[in-house]
Amino acid sequence: MPVKQLEANLRHEPDLAIIELHGEIDGFAEEALDKAYLEAESKQPKTILLNFTDVNYINSTGIALIVSLLAKARKEHRRLAISNLSDHYKEIFQITRLADFMTIFPDEPTAREALMNLD
Amino acid sequence: MAYPIKNFWRILVGDSSREEKASVPVVGEGQSRGIEIGFEFPVEDPIVAYFQSAPGAVEVDKINLDSPALLTLKQAGVKLVVPLISQGELIGLLNLGDRLSEQDYSVDDQRLLNNLASQAAPAVRVAQLVRQQQIEVRERERLEQELRVARIIQETLLPKSVPEVQGWRADAYWQPARAVGGDFYDFIYLPDGRLGIVIGDVTDKGVPAALVMATTRSILRSTTERVSAPGKVLERLNNLLVADIPRNMFVTCLYVVLDTSNGRLHYANAGHNLPFRSGDGGVDELRATGMPLGLMPDMDYEECEAQLAEGDTLLLYSDGIVEAHNPQRQMFSFDRLRSILQVHPGGATLVEFLLAELADFTGDDWEQEDDVTFVTLERDRQDNRSIPVSKIAKEPEIKEGQEEEQEWKVLKEFQLPSQVGMEREAMDLVAEAISGLNLSVDQFNRMLTAVAEATMNAIEHGNHFDSEIPVQIRVLVKEDSLCVKIRDQGGGQIVPEKEAPDIEAKLTGAQSPRGWGLFLIKNMVDQMEIISDETHHTVALFLNLRGGQDAS
Repeated sequence: MPVKQLEANLRHEPDLAIIELHGEIDGFAEEALDKAYLEAESKQPKTILLNFTDVNYINSTGIALIVSLLAKARKEHRRLAISNLSDHYKEIFQITRLADFMTIFPDEPTAREALMNLD
Repeated sequence: MAYPIKNFWRILVGDSSREEKASVPVVGEGQSRGIEIGFEFPVEDPIVAYFQSAPGAVEVDKINLDSPALLTLKQAGVKLVVPLISQGELIGLLNLGDRLSEQDYSVDDQRLLNNLASQAAPAVRVAQLVRQQQIEVRERERLEQELRVARIIQETLLPKSVPEVQGWRADAYWQPARAVGGDFYDFIYLPDGRLGIVIGDVTDKGVPAALVMATTRSILRSTTERVSAPGKVLERLNNLLVADIPRNMFVTCLYVVLDTSNGRLHYANAGHNLPFRSGDGGVDELRATGMPLGLMPDMDYEECEAQLAEGDTLLLYSDGIVEAHNPQRQMFSFDRLRSILQVHPGGATLVEFLLAELADFTGDDWEQEDDVTFVTLERDRQDNRSIPVSKIAKEPEIKEGQEEEQEWKVLKEFQLPSQVGMEREAMDLVAEAISGLNLSVDQFNRMLTAVAEATMNAIEHGNHFDSEIPVQIRVLVKEDSLCVKIRDQGGGQIVPEKEAPDIEAKLTGAQSPRGWGLFLIKNMVDQMEIISDETHHTVALFLNLRGGQDAS
């Protein structure tokens, strides 16, 4: 079965780095996800937003990767936020209580506006 | 002229081969035998003041003082004494016996000797100071080395690991304020199968406290082999300690005996901080009265009982945390500790959490004032526990076989190689099979996530990624239920007790970020069952088709 590698596209905005994710968040996604996160960090944004717009599968290994990113972000006092998450995975983020530690926005514009008001 | 003085320098400044003997070294020279004297003058002897103020060489016979030291000098045959004075301080004596010619010392001789003394005194003083410093450095190094060894020995007196008992989680922390300390804790596996938990605190710090700690621990251990009631254990421990413990020292000690099968606690307390119990019922202290150990013989120790319910945490702790001060000289206090327990859910991260709170409170420059020790004990909640294999084997709620499945209709049956990523294939095939059922989107997605996770577990833990061994999947349906069975060849294995995933623990690093699989499965479906035999391990996932957990 062909494995669909995760693609992570990074965009920098003032105080904000957006990582747009395409593909699946599982064990295979680790390298791409970590690389994108490291690059996002390099400009010291206040917030890193993970946009899940084109993610149709997240498994428990993927959850573990997100937990690791969140732990890292918290250590560096950086905000990690989420957008465009499907209802099913939103439920999973709630069950795992990831949602208690990162804000989930419906989409990028809402996230941008809310984050601007926060800062 | 006088004889050259034998061992002059060695006597004045000492040497490495012997302890420094004299604060005022005395060197002597005998007429023909080279007498050497070296002794300490008592400071109160009048001769010390006499030499101190003498302008130079003094003829011993002309001194008229009631002085034992003078007698000693005379007996040693000393005729002339030249005091060595440096910065107004008497640092030594140049003692001369009779002249070889048996003549008296001339004025010239005395002048020469006075000159010699005034030159020699500062040099001797420097040599004495250097030597003194060398001794101090060596002494300090020796003490430090001894303390390092003492620390290692003391650590061997503490448990090497915490008890691993199913349904319980224990944790401990011990940090003396100095190299060694008077705090201790212990876990004792009692002959009747119960678990003894001890925390104690010897008054004072450092080496004296550590010595008493070692004694207390040994006596306590041997006592618990013969006596089991906590009150009686402390009573006997107290009577044995009273005889041996130095005056003004005592030991506070809490001894708890836990029945791990039902959470029942029996405990007695010899003046130690009251332990906190926290859980759904709030935070309370477990009280029991008793005097500290080692003060008075024949004391009674009240024995009390308490219950640790599922999800409850017991915290034993020493003074070191509650009596820590911040830079404003405020104390950490019992109240602060209690409020922390009120907000913390307890369990595996509690020790770490307490340490972080303590560090926050005291600030970076805190010099630890007293030994700090914690022991935590948490009773798991039943629903967080995976079911032990033996229990599954005895209670096969659903049987593999035709008889049971007669009323079930098989929608699909397939197998997949045990390779990474195959769970996606499983999802697609199950999705195809159940798409005709009247499931809500949520139910549909939940089942697929559960199937993916169970398949991943089968590939990894059951079949160990061996692509020759298939994962077998059957999709079954009956009137009101959907069931997906995922079977691997991991039967007969011990299923390790899984720690319930705790996001806070994972974010602080106290737990691995992984370990979500089983948790997700349980939360995705209405029911999950595990059947295990010698060869196979099967996970059955159920969804209610009518009036299930989510009818949306």
